[in-house]
This record gives sequence, structure tokens and C-alpha cells, in this order.
Amino acid sequence: MKSLLALGAVVLTTAALAWAGADAQPKAGGAPKPVITKAAKGEHCVEDTAYMRRNHMKLLNVHRDRTVLQGVRTKKHSLKACIDCHASEATGSVASAKEDFCVSCHSYAAVKIDCFDCHSTKPQSAAATTLPHAHPASAAAHVEELAGVSQ
Amino acid sequence: MNELKTMSEQAPDSPERRRFVGAAAAVAGLAVVPGVMLYEVADARPEEQPASSAVRWGMLVDATRCASGCDDCVSACSTENGWTPVAQSAHPRQAPQWIRKLQLEDPLTQAQINLPMLCQHCAEPPCVDVCPTGASFKRADGIVLVNRHTCIGCRYCMMACPYKARSLVHEPLNDTQKPDVPRGMGCVEACTFCVQKVDRGDGTTACAEACAAAGHNAILFGDLNDPESEISKRLRELPTKQVRADLKLNLGVRYHGI
Repeated sequence: MKSLLALGAVVLTTAALAWAGADAQPKAGGAPKPVITKAAKGEHCVEDTAYMRRNHMKLLNVHRDRTVLQGVRTKKHSLKACIDCHASEATGSVASAKEDFCVSCHSYAAVKIDCFDCHSTKPQSAAATTLPHAHPASAAAHVEELAGVSQ
Repeated sequence: MNELKTMSEQAPDSPERRRFVGAAAAVAGLAVVPGVMLYEVADARPEEQPASSAVRWGMLVDATRCASGCDDCVSACSTENGWTPVAQSAHPRQAPQWIRKLQLEDPLTQAQINLPMLCQHCAEPPCVDVCPTGASFKRADGIVLVNRHTCIGCRYCMMACPYKARSLVHEPLNDTQKPDVPRGMGCVEACTFCVQKVDRGDGTTACAEACAAAGHNAILFGDLNDPESEISKRLRELPTKQVRADLKLNLGVRYHGI
């Protein structure tokens, strides 16, 4: 009886694994892939693309503490420098539309970031020419987007 | 150019000449490429070097020169740091104020004093003492700041501050922040001595610039630790006071004429 139960368990587990494996296959018309636009400025990123995809958050965290606490404002690994290059040409921002650089991946990966609750999403020059409250619609869209990501 | 020639006729290493050449280099840097001037200014700290305790930034406010009805310092601060002027705010009573213009009147003599009130950048800041998360901190060069990454918006620091210098951001800012000055809902904030300008090597603040531009020259910003700095010289000459000196907080902002 015991061996029969064990056999049953093995069969069930195998079936479950097979089913899970089948489900993991990409389906046509599944979740839309993120749009990763090439940076408008510059030839290459400050680190390899593969490294940046995995580790950009660690670099940003270290740099942010050095900037806030010690006043070190080097350009490499600074969020401002990321935004300078990666702001979309259409919106001039990294996080105001769905296809913008930061939002695109983070919504795909269901990662909620709150960087842009405080930080400007636009490069220095663009933000300087844009008066406050000039784009309430895009800002509202960005907030909705972030809310969507958090759900 | 004529001025340069007359200066060069002086002793080659005279301090006047060196200061003049330094200033000329700074002006030339400004004129050519704004980004490059960082390296041209004599006082600028290299950007990879942390703020140092050899410097203590401070401010001297000459209340005798502060004009009644003028709020150029307040509007310059608002423009530089991106906070909405109180008059334009939907909720003026809770709107952030990094600097306020005060008019005081002696009830006995009716003598009036005008002065700007802002974060006093204490050497012993009560806001730092009470902060439960360590978000409120004093940088090595004496500037008292809020680390918004750790601020939980509890407002203990607002209660602790004897100068009513801090504000809480109550409303979402919807991407209207300046790239150099991140601010956000739920965080406490206050005057930063224009830390972005200080780190850039400007050696001044938006309010001091605006006051000078208006011709009042009531605000002087500089290094209190450098005995040769303009502010140290003026502090030696003028009698100045700390507001609530009884609290022994060793303030970075000193007032003359109060």
C-alpha cells in the first residue's frame, strides 16, 4: 500500500512539473515585451549593457548615498546622467510615457520604483525650459503608470 | 585687458594679483562653457572629493540693509529649488517654505526690523538629535540636510526646530521638481544652503545672489572656517547675534542689527 502511495505521488509530481513546464513556454500574444529604446545621446553606456541590466540599482544606490551624505557629484553612475542619455526623444523624459526607458522595463518586470516621486524625469536642459505644471497630463499619466506597476 | 596690464606691473606674486587672475579665470570659464568652469574656480572642490569639515558654510544677514517689502531672496530660493511660492499654493498654511521674510516690531518703540528666516544650519542641530531614522543629518561642511531616502515624514524635526525652518511636502509634485533638487511628498525639507550650487563651486546661494542683485547686499555667504573669507572678516568687524543664542546651538547663520 505504501509503495502504491509513493508511486502515485511520483506520478502526480511529474505530471505537475510537466504541466508547469508547458505553461512556462512563451505563448503568442502573452505579456508584451518591454520596448528598450537606444539612448538618444552617447555611443555606449558607462558599463556593459548586460551588467547594467542586472546591477544598475546597486550602482545607483551606492552613488546616491555618496552624493546625499558626502556631496560627491561625479557623473558616472548618477541618476541625472542616466536621465541625460536615456530620456526619450518623444516625451523628453525617462518615465512619463509607457515606452519611456525606465517605465518600460519596470512595468514588464512588475517592479515598483519610487525614484520619480522625488526626482525629475527630465534632463537638466529640458526641465529648465519647461515651466512647472506645463505637462499636467503627462505627469498624471506617469503617476497612473507607477500606480499600475504597483498593483 | 588694460586692467590686466596694470595688474601685471605689480609684484608678480601679490595676493591681489592672484585673486584677480583667479576671478578672471572664473569669469572666462563662465563665458566659454558653463560645464567646464567647475575646474576653473579657485575654491571649487573636485567633484569626486567629499565635502570636508575644513570648511563650515555660514551666512551673515545684515538686518539693517534688509529692505521692507522686498522678498527677492524668497522668490530666488523658490526659483532655484523649485518650491511653489506660498501665495500661489492651493494650501498656503501648509505650503513648504525654505526661507521666510519676517518683519518684527518693538512694541515699545515701534522700531521695525526686517530679516529673512531660514534653516540656521546649527553645529548642534536639534532636528538631527530627534530624527528616528537618521534621515536628518549634518554634512561635514556644516550644511544640515534631510536624506529623503530615509525620511519617513514623521515631522519630529519640525517640532524640534526652534526656528520653524522645516516644512513637510503634503502634495504630490507630479514631476515639477528641478533635476538638481529632488523633493517629494511625505518628506520634510528645508533650506539646503543651495547645496547643489555649493557642490558646483559657485560659493554662494540663490538668496545671497538675489539680494546682491537687488543692491541690498544684506546676505553674505561664505566659509566661517577660513579667516580670510569675506564673511569671516565681516563677522570680526560687525557685532552679530545668533537667534535664540541661549540654546547654545552654534548657528551657521548670524544676524547683524537685531
